[in-house]
Amino acid sequence: MSEHELDGNAMAGDLREVFAVDVTTAVATCGGCGEPSVVARLRVWGPAPGLVARCPSCDDVVLRLVRGPERAWLDLRGAVSLQVAMPPLSTVAEG
Amino acid sequence: MTNRRLTWRAAVLEAARQETPSARTLVLRVPDWPGHLSGQHVDVRLTAPDGYSAQRSYSIASAWQDGGTVELTVQRVEDGEVSSYLTDDLQVGQPLELRGPVGGWFVWRNAPPPVLLVAGGSGVVPLMAMIRARGDVRGRQPFRLIYSVRTPQDALYVNELARRVRDDPGLDVRFVYTRKAPDGWPDPPGRLTVATINTYGWPPDFAPDVFVCGPTSFVEAAADILVALGHDPKKIRTERFGGTS
Repeated sequence: MSEHELDGNAMAGDLREVFAVDVTTAVATCGGCGEPSVVARLRVWGPAPGLVARCPSCDDVVLRLVRGPERAWLDLRGAVSLQVAMPPLSTVAEG
Repeated sequence: MTNRRLTWRAAVLEAARQETPSARTLVLRVPDWPGHLSGQHVDVRLTAPDGYSAQRSYSIASAWQDGGTVELTVQRVEDGEVSSYLTDDLQVGQPLELRGPVGGWFVWRNAPPPVLLVAGGSGVVPLMAMIRARGDVRGRQPFRLIYSVRTPQDALYVNELARRVRDDPGLDVRFVYTRKAPDGWPDPPGRLTVATINTYGWPPDFAPDVFVCGPTSFVEAAADILVALGHDPKKIRTERFGGTS
């Protein structure tokens, strides 16, 4: 099984189709053990289009992503929160 | 990077270079490519006439220059349906579907600290992009690469690395051979050890930015050694590939 193990870096393309920001740099807090991890560090099993991302500390499933021909399913129930770095509020109005 | 949603683009193979008997660099022309950071990757999608499609991630090997091409170095994997097509069948002039650049975490952004790169096999590809980017910007931060390969014949970019080391006092490269070493090599073949990283890496006091890329078992072993030597886990960025097929 470890032969096909990837990490959250490999989810960047599929997530970037769904979100306007790069979610692989976000911090996901595991619902199982409470450990925060950068999404890029999650342990991912593929292959695409069905990816399962597990917590590097406790192995609980944090995130599941399936990309179908016309839709994507994102299951985030294993994450308590997703913390996303954003540009400072003052620049939002200018942009 | 823009905040628009990402979609697939049609790239064209402009040229190709054979790096080793089983690895090939694809030089791709991608219309409206927004540029990329070193360490980022792309997803490649192949679609058969019957509609079956397969998708894989490949690290970008080249540093971005305006108006330039995007290079991927693909290692053929036994029974790999995507990699064998890219290494053996794709002809110059043929199209390829590409999505990217993606990934904002395993990237080098011309930051001041010294850099330690640790590569296992074709994990050297994104690290080579960092070495090339540093060369392009004439970066002053010293780089060290520890590059583990099975045999001398498996090493990618050997001539270019030798040339860069010769011309650039800020770059050092140390090979580790796991199966067969060249004649006269001081160490017997074997896996990456604490002693190698301790000798050819940076001391933890220098607080280097560390990038490790390779198969999962290699990445875990290297990261464990680095942490045991006293490197801050937050400074160690890793990327694993599961033997991309």
